[in-house]
Amino acid sequence: MNWDWENARDSIPLLLQGLLVTVELTLLGSLVAYVLGLVFALLRRSRIPVVSQAVFLLVEFVRSTPLLIQVFVIFYLLPEVGIRFNAFTTGVIALGLHYATYTSEVYRAGIEAVPKGQWEAATALSLPRGRTWTGIILPQAVPRVLPALGNYMISMFKETPLLLAIGVLDVLNQAKEQAAVTFRAIEPYTLAGLLFLLISLPSSILVRRLERRVGQL
Amino acid sequence: MSGDYSYIFSSILSGLDATIEATLGGIALTIVLSFVAGLAMLSSSRWVRFVSRVYVEAFRGTSEVVQLFWLFFVLPALVGFKLIPLFAGIIVLGLNHGAYGAEIVRGAVQSVPKAQREGAIALSLSPFQRMFRVLLPQAVVEMYPPFNNLFIQLLKSTALLSFISAGEITEKGELLRPVYGSKLVFIYGVELVWYLLLAVLITVVMRFLERRGARRLGREPAVRKRRRRVSQKVPDTTGAGL
Repeated sequence: MNWDWENARDSIPLLLQGLLVTVELTLLGSLVAYVLGLVFALLRRSRIPVVSQAVFLLVEFVRSTPLLIQVFVIFYLLPEVGIRFNAFTTGVIALGLHYATYTSEVYRAGIEAVPKGQWEAATALSLPRGRTWTGIILPQAVPRVLPALGNYMISMFKETPLLLAIGVLDVLNQAKEQAAVTFRAIEPYTLAGLLFLLISLPSSILVRRLERRVGQL
Repeated sequence: MSGDYSYIFSSILSGLDATIEATLGGIALTIVLSFVAGLAMLSSSRWVRFVSRVYVEAFRGTSEVVQLFWLFFVLPALVGFKLIPLFAGIIVLGLNHGAYGAEIVRGAVQSVPKAQREGAIALSLSPFQRMFRVLLPQAVVEMYPPFNNLFIQLLKSTALLSFISAGEITEKGELLRPVYGSKLVFIYGVELVWYLLLAVLITVVMRFLERRGARRLGREPAVRKRRRRVSQKVPDTTGAGL
């Protein structure tokens, strides 16, 4: 089978439509992951013993098991107890939760990298705990970990296609549909792969640049 | 009632073989490709470096699922024969994670203190001896923790093989879903516990190897309080994300 330019051209509009869905999923999923990851990281440091252990176990469990099964659990199991999400929302939640367990470790590393003197100074100034976090610790911790967070967004972008298992119409699913209609798999799948490269390579160059700037902090 | 549960359990268990085979096969291929591509990226020949860089960026830059679909659905149309699903899965897992592993190998070799390299040159060891007798034995110890993360990532990726019907755990579970819709908690619970067990097993083995490797170098093993994975896969500082 040879490359058919006409079929390639025909499949581009659908693929771009799918790419938009993939990008939306990635952006929303990252947003969830960034917020929830910070929550996990802060809860891990909580003084209440049960809370920090429970969060630790949850994070380890989610991180050690496949995202695909977590997607199935949210999509098929939660409706049994009356919580129902559509495929897109399921994708956002599953990606967000899974990557939150990664980003929580990133935040943790960033928080631990803040010099101890900063904490001591905050105590000496008798700043309340909330103010210490929002005014002193996080503003120093978060910028340092931005490149790592960016890398996870790129990595999430490349994991979204597994959502075709629950029928999300992302790039790959559109390619699959196209292949089913025309009986030609080569063009849509190859183009889908190229679209991923087209986005993830420039993004990773941006992250590398960010890394260099953060390195100067 | 309990018959249903034991049927579900044994049905999922029947996929364990394929999951373990895919994981071990994928790990074997990953190790080979990581070292080949990782050392190639340190080569003095520009072409060798270029080829390995293209391999690494191409596989790190695209989605693993897309790679799987490409190998399984597109390649047969191009070359005229189809791969056995499990075999295709192992190849994709190996190729994909090998690209990440290559960065681990490269980074670890580069992080060996410069004096070691200079010492080897001063002793007029050949480049081959320098790499395999001096640099790599020290670098390998540094590779265990990131490879541990990579292998767990690979284990989790075997679930994707359900897309090409490789007969592993996730697929077995999905086949049960239409029939045992009321026992989803049990189905997914069993699946998740299997993955968790395998992940713990990988970590235990890698810890053991790391300690042994460190002892052989006459180093005290680093005391690590608990499993810490700051970043999954590679501490990614160089490439196309994770």
